[in-house]
Amino acid sequence: MAAEKRVTFRSPWLPWALLAPQVVIIALFFFWPAGQALLQSLQQSDAFGTSVEWVGLENFRNLWNDETYLASFVTTAVFSVLVASLGLSLSLLLAVFADRIVKGSGIYRTLLIWPYAVAPAVAGVLWLFMFAPSVGIVSYMLREGGFEWNHLLNGNHAMALIVMAAVWKQIAYNFLFFLAGLQSIPKSLIEAAAIDGAGPWRRFWTIQFPLLSPTTFFLLVINVVYVLLDTFAIVDAATSGGPGKDTSILVYKLYYDGFKALDLGGSAAQSVVLMVIVVIFTVVQFRFVEKKVNY
Amino acid sequence: MKSRPLVLASIAVTVALSAPAHAQVEIHWWHSMTAVNNEWVNDLANDFNASQKDYKIVPTYKGTYDVSMTTAVAAFRAGQGPHILQVFEVGTATMMASKGAVVPVTQVMKDAGFKFDPAAYIPAVAGYYTAPNGQMLSFPLNSSTTVFYINKDAFKAAGIDTSKAPATWPEVALAAAKLKASGHKCPLTIAWQGWTQLESFSTWHNVELATKSNGLKGLDARLVANSPLHVRHIENLANMSKQGLFIYKGRANVPEASFVSGECAMITTSSGFYGNVKKNAKFDFALASLPYYPDVPGAPQNTVIGGASLWVLAGKKPAEYKGVATFFNYLSSPEVQSASHKRTGYLPITMAAFALTEKSGFYKENPGTDTAVNQMVRKVTDKSRGIRLGNYVQIRTIEDEEFENVWGGKKTAQEGLDSIVKRGNELLERFEKASKGG
Repeated sequence: MAAEKRVTFRSPWLPWALLAPQVVIIALFFFWPAGQALLQSLQQSDAFGTSVEWVGLENFRNLWNDETYLASFVTTAVFSVLVASLGLSLSLLLAVFADRIVKGSGIYRTLLIWPYAVAPAVAGVLWLFMFAPSVGIVSYMLREGGFEWNHLLNGNHAMALIVMAAVWKQIAYNFLFFLAGLQSIPKSLIEAAAIDGAGPWRRFWTIQFPLLSPTTFFLLVINVVYVLLDTFAIVDAATSGGPGKDTSILVYKLYYDGFKALDLGGSAAQSVVLMVIVVIFTVVQFRFVEKKVNY
Repeated sequence: MKSRPLVLASIAVTVALSAPAHAQVEIHWWHSMTAVNNEWVNDLANDFNASQKDYKIVPTYKGTYDVSMTTAVAAFRAGQGPHILQVFEVGTATMMASKGAVVPVTQVMKDAGFKFDPAAYIPAVAGYYTAPNGQMLSFPLNSSTTVFYINKDAFKAAGIDTSKAPATWPEVALAAAKLKASGHKCPLTIAWQGWTQLESFSTWHNVELATKSNGLKGLDARLVANSPLHVRHIENLANMSKQGLFIYKGRANVPEASFVSGECAMITTSSGFYGNVKKNAKFDFALASLPYYPDVPGAPQNTVIGGASLWVLAGKKPAEYKGVATFFNYLSSPEVQSASHKRTGYLPITMAAFALTEKSGFYKENPGTDTAVNQMVRKVTDKSRGIRLGNYVQIRTIEDEEFENVWGGKKTAQEGLDSIVKRGNELLERFEKASKGG
């Protein structure tokens, strides 16, 4: 549908020069560390790095033989689906409401965007405080209501806790993009539909939602990457992967093995696996989901 | 020819005179002590700095034990590590395996010309930090052990005799039941569950946690913590958890807060918790030995140490190592150690410091403070000398995870312990291989 736009430059070096700053940044902050991780995943060393040994694919074999590592793929899938779906739908809902507000919209928007400035670890601690089994305000209210909340021993409660923290942390970002997306939809389209007799529900599903699809698609990619790579601090602060391994998602195990257990080889191997997963995911999203997007 | 030495001498004098301003050697010490213990560490450094002019100890708080270790690793790789690093006990095997990164304490002391006698130390303390060849590798600073605290006011409210704390696990269960019957929400909680309920539990009952004297005798040690006695104990605790007698409050020392606040009436945790309770608890409390099973032959034996020791990192100047040795020599004096012991609740570390503390009448004035020492000064056996297992940071986490599965009812005691042994041994095998290869 969309005709490809091509820009032609007269001089051959100009496009490269324009790209250069971005290429340098990506090389420095992505390709170089990624290359290092690739190298380290083939090595084993003591904590201080005084003896380094090339071990081929042994780090990967160790992972493959670790049942708990394989189990954490399932945990990660559950966590990712919950966070991405809840995060996107809640923020879309909020954005639609905020879009309709006439008075005081600035205040609502500011308040909704605020959580984005909170560091993930702080978000984890914040929710942990509210849900702490003996002193948390929310767990107290739940107990009064006859519900025994205990994320220290109940895996489902623990999962709910980190999902809430991760969603809350990400809502602001999603909200911002959804709101911008909604506001860029020409009012005339909506008005025309209203004149034709379409109700708000109908207008949303037939006009706004399809026109938002580029934003939704972009946010889906960003959210999946966020969940897979950026949530270890929340898990670390709120549950440390427990109870048992019920909330030990891939990136948390990676962080734990590398930074707490000082197993750099094993941790690097996990980061390579995760990198591959994220790349595959993104490619799949671009190949299949993007086809449904109207630009 | 004769004037030359004179010139040299005069230069030397000038240098010596200007020395105090310039030549003071700075020794960097990274530690993980917070709150009251942070003040203690700073006082140690200040007192040492005031006692002489050649060296200046600069203590820096670098985060919790695991964070400061990671930071030191990164700094060492960049050539900017500290001279002295405080490392927690579970990091011991990792430090020992990093041969190129550390200088054995025995070596540091010998090179500086100080007398250093490992036999002066409490056996279970020295044993923990001594290599198989008899060389002491790190300097024990804050050694603690596992003890049992009870809230006397809560006991009285439940109508339980407080003249003697429950000494055995059956007595603990009985007291917990009475507390619960009187309306207490959290009769018993457990901090450092792996350390108190597996490691110390094993040495206290003189059973092996791992083969090869719990790893002290070789890297090919394997966990055997699923023996009938271990299963019996964990099953007991799981039942208490089900009945609401034991309330799980989290990993590491997180549960300690629930004792200080009065929410939980009994806790097994570190003797280093004493300073905190004494300062912050608004109730009458008592310290007692770790509970045991009276029908187990040889129990109670001795508990195992925890806490941390000071490691000397490699790659520094000889003059700086001399400063490190001078500082350690200062820390070794019975007076300094006895004062530290009284202040923090950590072990006195040397027999002389223990004797000095006893003579001062401290234990009589503060009943219970000698509990930890008494648990430690006994003659150790091959099964109780200490624990040294590679990848132990991860193994502790495995213990936490599997215990949570047991307390939550997801696994039986046997399944949980079997899983600890299986997963732990995989890590031990890997560590053995890596250490041999490297």
